[in-house]
Amino acid sequence: MAEPTPDIHRTIDAVWRIESPKLIASLARMVRDVGLAEDLAQDALVVALERWPAEGIPDNPGAWLMTAAKRRGIDLLRRETLLERKHEELGRDVTARQEQAVSDLDRALDDDVGDDLLRLIFTACHPVLSREARLALTLRMLGGLTTDEIARAFLVPEATLAQRIVRAKRTLAEARVPFEIPRGEDRAARLSSVLEVIYLIFNEGYTATAGDDWMRPALCEEALRLGRVLAELAPQELEVHGLVALMEIQASRLKARTGASGEPILLLDQNRALWDQLLIRRGLAALAKAEKPGGGSGPYTLQAAIAACHARARTPDQTDWARIASLYAELARVSPSPVVELNRAVAVAMASGPAAGLALVEALASEPSLKDYHLLPSVRGDLLAKLGRNSEARAEFERAASLARNARERELLLGRARACARD
Amino acid sequence: MRVMMIVKANEETEAGVMPSEESLSTMGKYNEELMKAGVLLDLGGLKPTSKGARVKFSEGKPTVVDGPFTESKELVGGYWIVQVKSLEEAIEWARRAPAPHGPHKDAEIEIRPFYELEDFEQALVELGPGEHSEAIERMRERGKILSEGNK
Amino acid sequence: MRFMMIVKSQKDWEAGVMPSEELMAAMNKYNEELMKAGVLLDVAGLRPSSEGVRIRFSPGKRTVIDGPFTESKELVGGYWILQVKSLEEAIEWAKRAPFPCGEDEDAEIEIRSFLEVDDFAPSEAAERARELGKTFENKK
Repeated sequence: MAEPTPDIHRTIDAVWRIESPKLIASLARMVRDVGLAEDLAQDALVVALERWPAEGIPDNPGAWLMTAAKRRGIDLLRRETLLERKHEELGRDVTARQEQAVSDLDRALDDDVGDDLLRLIFTACHPVLSREARLALTLRMLGGLTTDEIARAFLVPEATLAQRIVRAKRTLAEARVPFEIPRGEDRAARLSSVLEVIYLIFNEGYTATAGDDWMRPALCEEALRLGRVLAELAPQELEVHGLVALMEIQASRLKARTGASGEPILLLDQNRALWDQLLIRRGLAALAKAEKPGGGSGPYTLQAAIAACHARARTPDQTDWARIASLYAELARVSPSPVVELNRAVAVAMASGPAAGLALVEALASEPSLKDYHLLPSVRGDLLAKLGRNSEARAEFERAASLARNARERELLLGRARACARD
Repeated sequence: MRVMMIVKANEETEAGVMPSEESLSTMGKYNEELMKAGVLLDLGGLKPTSKGARVKFSEGKPTVVDGPFTESKELVGGYWIVQVKSLEEAIEWARRAPAPHGPHKDAEIEIRPFYELEDFEQALVELGPGEHSEAIERMRERGKILSEGNK
Repeated sequence: MRFMMIVKSQKDWEAGVMPSEELMAAMNKYNEELMKAGVLLDVAGLRPSSEGVRIRFSPGKRTVIDGPFTESKELVGGYWILQVKSLEEAIEWAKRAPFPCGEDEDAEIEIRSFLEVDDFAPSEAAERARELGKTFENKK
């Protein structure tokens, strides 16, 4: 979408994207308030938008923005100081803190901001916030996305999203969420919240069927980028590499998963030459990291390992279904769900024949959460058809068609039902 | 070894002329062959230089120059990266490629082997003992990302 | 959007001279910055053209020509592949790179965008996406 000639506003946008997470993270460490830090950074951006088009982009735009944010911050600190001066005994303290803050601000750009960024990620994904708020705040503070862009991605009016962000910042301040990297017992739960947010962003882009087509791949890219950032910041967390691996491998199929008129193409029918080999390679490398001793058993890593089985197969018939079946069994153990079980049934059928798969599917028949899930009768129909039980298969396909929400899918299932009737 | 097979641009690719349906499908078939042989690490086609830019480094300062650039025959039009046993194997693959700009046009594929991590390590070792063990470690890490996964 | 930042070769590289320790350290630092920003997909250096060959395609004929090739300034010396949001962002990253051939040597990084699937098959969906993109750009 870029025009050939670099445009000053898009250049500022680019600088912002590169510098803003570092800027917000450093400021947040100084002012101990993520919301305020973001406001200060935004103020600096406003100044840049006023000045740069006329003056040109400074040689070191990051430092420039930091200085602008710092000035604004000091103004605020002074005002605060005046208020607090009323309490004479505090006066010296505040002055000292102000000086400390100023020199902190000075040093900030030279520091390695890695830990601050990590703190920022953990804060934006704090469980005190609703899921929607976490997504919005993460994209805004770490993705450098505008409110407008985020609103378009999530199909909500811009005003609603702006409100959501304001509220989220207020919640963080009111709950006095410390700007820190969680340690000890808390850490695992907090990390899983971060991973969940990133994967939700990815899936929002990857699987959503409605909405603004243009923002969808952007969300996938952004989630992948955040995942890669996190893997750099917390390389010892093996499950982070698992998530990155999963996203890289799934993203490698983006170009192959829809046909010319937008219809979905199932994994086994995709043209594998369209799979992005660079992303597959990155995914497999990330998986190797995730599977280092001590890792390999988290849900993202297991899903990545399954995705990797497909990525490694040069043709569908080279797929290692036995391994996929055992990975699903493992996944069902660490995060049990009927959908995982259904997937396992498919893999078992591929590895050991339709009868073995069907036995697993039958066990799911009374599962209440799958009552309206069209893939259950669809898989069942497929296995029955393979066993030559055509009239039963036909009934299953028809049932699946009645449950499918997507017209194209319904058509496909009815087609299969008709085929059963012919045989 | 990893090898880059570079397709040079020509006036047409620089003008943004898209290949015919037929060339696209022959190219697609060739790519599939590379993939099924397990040698393909990456491939890409580049847009004309009018959609790009250059950053020139001179007298201590980077300056930006907008495309297009004129020497079309020396520009990169696209590439494959393949993992092969020898330069000869890469040459054989390149000879099997469809003529990049169609059967009636001259074209060129340049085959260039990569520096691998060991080359840089070797260079650092030759520089003598110093503070670069960490640098090597980081490069090794990175090297893994880039070369692993093709098992 | 995916971009390739190509570093053009120069005489020393073509002669197989390894970069100085200082330059290597600076490059390493820069690459790490790219990684930490989550934008780096791939990075590589190519061996001198003396170790490469060219295949020349003329109608009905393929000829193998051994390196080295002389126009060192037009040869690819190495590259980065970045995933960023715009050409401008790629340019910003390129400007932050260390002098590719050391401080005293002029050099050039060429930034090239990748063809996407959309570019080949102008489908209705792609057209719509492009329209939306335009509206979006205009709104800013």
